[in-house]
Amino acid sequence: MVVPKTLGVETEYGIVLRGTDEPNPISASSLLINSYLMVREPRSQPRVSWDFEDESPARDARGETPLHALAPEIETHLVNAVLTNGARYYVDHAHPEYSTPECADARSVLIHDRAGEQILIESMAAAKTMLADHQEIVVYKNNSDGKGNSYGCHENYLMDRSTPFGQIVQHAISHFVTRQIYIGAGKVGTELPGMNRDEVTFQLTQRADFFEEQVGLETTLKRPIINTRDEPHADARKYRRLHVIAGDANMSEVSTYLKVGVTAIVLGMIEHDAISKTFTFADPVRAMQQVSHDLTLKQPLDLDDGTRIRAIDVQQSLFDDAQRFIDEHGTDSVGGPVALDVMERWGRTLELLRSDPMELADTLDWVAKYRLLEAYRERHGLSWSDARLAAMDIQYHDMRPGRSLARKLGLQTIVTDEEVFAARTDPPEDTRAYFRGECLRKWGDHIVAANWDSLVFDVGVDPLRRIPMMEPTRGTRQHVGTMLEECNTPLELLERLNG
Amino acid sequence: MAEREQKKRSGQSQETDAVEELPATSESGEKLKADMDDLLDEIDEVLETNAEDFVKSYIQKGGQ
Repeated sequence: MVVPKTLGVETEYGIVLRGTDEPNPISASSLLINSYLMVREPRSQPRVSWDFEDESPARDARGETPLHALAPEIETHLVNAVLTNGARYYVDHAHPEYSTPECADARSVLIHDRAGEQILIESMAAAKTMLADHQEIVVYKNNSDGKGNSYGCHENYLMDRSTPFGQIVQHAISHFVTRQIYIGAGKVGTELPGMNRDEVTFQLTQRADFFEEQVGLETTLKRPIINTRDEPHADARKYRRLHVIAGDANMSEVSTYLKVGVTAIVLGMIEHDAISKTFTFADPVRAMQQVSHDLTLKQPLDLDDGTRIRAIDVQQSLFDDAQRFIDEHGTDSVGGPVALDVMERWGRTLELLRSDPMELADTLDWVAKYRLLEAYRERHGLSWSDARLAAMDIQYHDMRPGRSLARKLGLQTIVTDEEVFAARTDPPEDTRAYFRGECLRKWGDHIVAANWDSLVFDVGVDPLRRIPMMEPTRGTRQHVGTMLEECNTPLELLERLNG
Repeated sequence: MAEREQKKRSGQSQETDAVEELPATSESGEKLKADMDDLLDEIDEVLETNAEDFVKSYIQKGGQ
């Protein structure tokens, strides 16, 4: 079975409430999100809340749940909203989190990830009106506080259930370890246990220091490179959802685009058994950190057969396989025409990383941040351990437009402001997110709960009615656009769906 | 126990991986400097005023 790589990104933002001695990040996150909902969707009371009926984050893709595994907490009492663009905006683990709707390709994910940023920006402005004059909530799109605390930016990819999980683990690890050379958001110092912070001056990624296992169910402790959460939010007989926790939140559009676009292609290749070489690292966790700590991109990594290979050469091998794969199978299952553009950018990026990474200073996050910090350091004659550089590292990810150093740098863009603005309220048209979003827009007052794979309607007369949405690629504008237009009430919709 | 030993070992060997500086070519180095000067002036205006306090107070609860 060929499964289109429906995909999405969930981002936990760092949050600071300025102007108070005892900030409570949970209440600050709630205030932030509630302020947005009141300003943007004042008529949507009672607010549509998330439906936890089908959530099972403790289910393990390896088939058994280890006894020591902790189910990720689900804090059902916290603010948890579904938006008309099909996204979920909520408080998770003391952070505001934004999950994009399901998207059909990397470009669409990028638009919705940027729309999420815009929603956070508007949320900060809305929250300001609720706070005392000297207070302000500021959010940061990063993954670490520089003191050993990390929060994630996760990717999700729809996959074929029949692909053996071991096959995914084998190849996905080598991709996740080596893709860091273009997806890293950059970080000053290290937070690796047992090392002093300034033993590493600057590294490629925010997250590498926090991985301790190859494969596992946890996401908050002993983080694994491959997360085994088996919660497809779709027909579990046909699909799995690969929940990827080994990536950085990106400010750069190109980094986000390559992160999800290339990974979708690689996962499609795994399903087709189209990867020609197997690279098994002797110690994948150590390789992850080695790649991140090596600014030269030249250090070879130990393979378990005693040979060594550089991260960029693993990526080159995957790229060469991908070209053959697309020649043979086309791009239908890995993002359509967008996949061709992803291929072109992937190939060019690898070339430049090989010849002179600094050429990517307006393109990739880690290079942009490194160049900025290095120039500042030189101008003021600072050592890498100077607090001013650590401050700039954090401020690179500041979401306030006037303060964000990433935005000041003027990085290359791929999508337009118009597309991003529209995606704050409009769902993608080519996944089931369209059905969710349009139903919310049209009949929000009648929807009592929503989640990824169902909507629950209260039509007044009957018991509550649940509409299952177990096929992520159905419920598109093409499938249901006319029907949604023709129905005047949710009851009519339910009748049409049952008829 | 085995795990602890492994951790120690990887910690030790990591120290030997000295982080090399990026070898910028002289050409791109020059260009880099010219482009950066204006930007650094501009950025100076928006940088956090007390870097040390700001970095110290940026504490997050661990998430996923």
